[in-house]
Amino acid sequence: MLRYTVRRVLMMVPLLVLVSLGVFALVLMIPGDPAITIAGENATEAQIDATRERLGLNDPVLVQYAAWAGHALTGDLGSSLFSNESVTGAIAGRFPVTLALTLAAMLIALLIAVPAGVVAALRRGRWQDRGATLFASVGISLPNFWVGILLIMAFALAFPIFPAVGYTPISEGVGAWARGLVLPGITLGTAVAAEITRQLRGSLTDTLQQDFIRTARANGLSARAVVLRHGLKNAAVPVVTVIGFQVGFLLGGSVIVERVFGLPGLGDLAIRAVLQRDIPMIQGIVVVAALIVMLVNLAVDLSYGWLNPKVRQA
Amino acid sequence: MTEPLLVVEGLEVEFATDRGWVQVLDGVSFTVGRGETVGLVGESGSGKTVTSLAVLGLLPAESSRITAGSIRLDGRELVGLPRRRMEALRGDELSMIFQEPMTSLDPAFRVGDQIAEVVRRHRGGSKRAAWARAVEVLSTVGIPHAERRARSYPHEFSGGMRQRVMIAMALSCEPKLVIADEPTTALDVTIQAQVLDLLRAMRDEFGTAVVFVTHDLGVVADICDRAVVMYAGQVVERAGVDALYEHPRHPYTEALLSAMPQLTARSGRLATIPGSTPPAGAMPPGCRFHPRCGHGVDACRDTAVAEHPLAEGGTSRCLRVSDLALKGSA
Repeated sequence: MLRYTVRRVLMMVPLLVLVSLGVFALVLMIPGDPAITIAGENATEAQIDATRERLGLNDPVLVQYAAWAGHALTGDLGSSLFSNESVTGAIAGRFPVTLALTLAAMLIALLIAVPAGVVAALRRGRWQDRGATLFASVGISLPNFWVGILLIMAFALAFPIFPAVGYTPISEGVGAWARGLVLPGITLGTAVAAEITRQLRGSLTDTLQQDFIRTARANGLSARAVVLRHGLKNAAVPVVTVIGFQVGFLLGGSVIVERVFGLPGLGDLAIRAVLQRDIPMIQGIVVVAALIVMLVNLAVDLSYGWLNPKVRQA
Repeated sequence: MTEPLLVVEGLEVEFATDRGWVQVLDGVSFTVGRGETVGLVGESGSGKTVTSLAVLGLLPAESSRITAGSIRLDGRELVGLPRRRMEALRGDELSMIFQEPMTSLDPAFRVGDQIAEVVRRHRGGSKRAAWARAVEVLSTVGIPHAERRARSYPHEFSGGMRQRVMIAMALSCEPKLVIADEPTTALDVTIQAQVLDLLRAMRDEFGTAVVFVTHDLGVVADICDRAVVMYAGQVVERAGVDALYEHPRHPYTEALLSAMPQLTARSGRLATIPGSTPPAGAMPPGCRFHPRCGHGVDACRDTAVAEHPLAEGGTSRCLRVSDLALKGSA
């Protein structure tokens, strides 16, 4: 397992290089001269030249990349073109909000999906299964900004149980922090729950027809132990894969949901950066998002090794 | 006189199909004594596996039902036993070994943990004690370095070794009865012999009664005391193994015996039984074997045949049982 882990971690290095190249190429791909964009519409030729020199845009591309990547490795992603705020600092300030939102959404999704998927697999073809399948189709189809607005109307305005907008840092009280995450968490988690339910139902149905399940029953293990121990662990590989994918979806979805609920997270920061063409900020956010996705994939791959011992040898 | 360990009486089972409920077992009766080995013999589709799953209470709840009959283990009725009580018996008083050693163990758990889980389920006790018991049974079934191998996963064992693990798991709580469903069919011939030897040794060591489900009469001769021959969901002959081989009393048994390859007669084609087992729900009237039988008379075609008790013990479900002299195996 240790060798498998080390090998898997080393595989991330070339991937990181590729991501950084892609992110850096963003600057080159933007039409027009970034120096003109940055220096402003009314800048003189001299001012634009000065800006170009200051940004190192006259250097060969490889030198520019090396400088940028070198700084990035030390945690310095440059500073915002507009506020002069450090990109790393801005991201660090916003990251806890997005992390909390993502975790809340995933927690809510799992709380719905695991029981729903297990019940659907055990009661295949009956009303419980039909209900779970219907929920899955509807949940995937509903646009999450619309779900969010409905939830605000119902549980923040009509019945003011939860706050409609805003974020309370955890340092100001765990209760208030958690309450603020319920509605956005449900909004973002519904589609994820639907997807995981669907996957778990299919995967567990297959697993429960395997010979080793019959062996477990023939040796007297209780129905509960058979399903929850032997069934779920073997059914988990495709489900964990989907969960990994869904983290990427959550990061994307949080862009909208953070807007709807007025949460100062990475998604909100990303929208602002894109609208302002704040290139270092966009680069920084993309690098961090890519890093998160890669770490999630690492966790998913490591879990394969635990769930399916055969993988460790591969 | 006390009752034999396992008594199956008039067992009838139906399966749900697109055409409604179809009978797959018709009045199956047999007994297994303590420490006895009984062969349950027949072609695919004869009902031998359904019979063994019924005894363990493992028939699929939604698509099958027992409509009549009784299954008693040690005097206790198993038909209609509540699910939880049946679960508690399985693995403890009776257990089963399956045909596919490659897929019958959970790939995600160490074999020692899988056996220890069964031990703890029935015997309770600490994890450490259950693990020690798992190592002990693994070593009993001939797994070398059992202490270390208990930590291995199923994919790290060969087919024969996995079957030994299956046997270890089935015997871990010393059940009174083990049903072995074609436990050697998927294995190489040399490994088959080893596994048969092991089953024999385990039977002798633990005094476990064994129901050996197979289509291979050679294996039955090798290991069983008595045989129950099944055809199309019915028991057609019951006899001691020696009597069965020397003087089969049902044409189907004769046909099975003649279909066994003989080392002494190398020339010519292997004998086969013409036709195939009728599908459930489309049983011929009269004797179910008559369309494939070489000894049939008109009466076989329309009279349902009952089991005739035989003077030497055993039964035969053949109308002509008293006037046929059937060929045994040399």
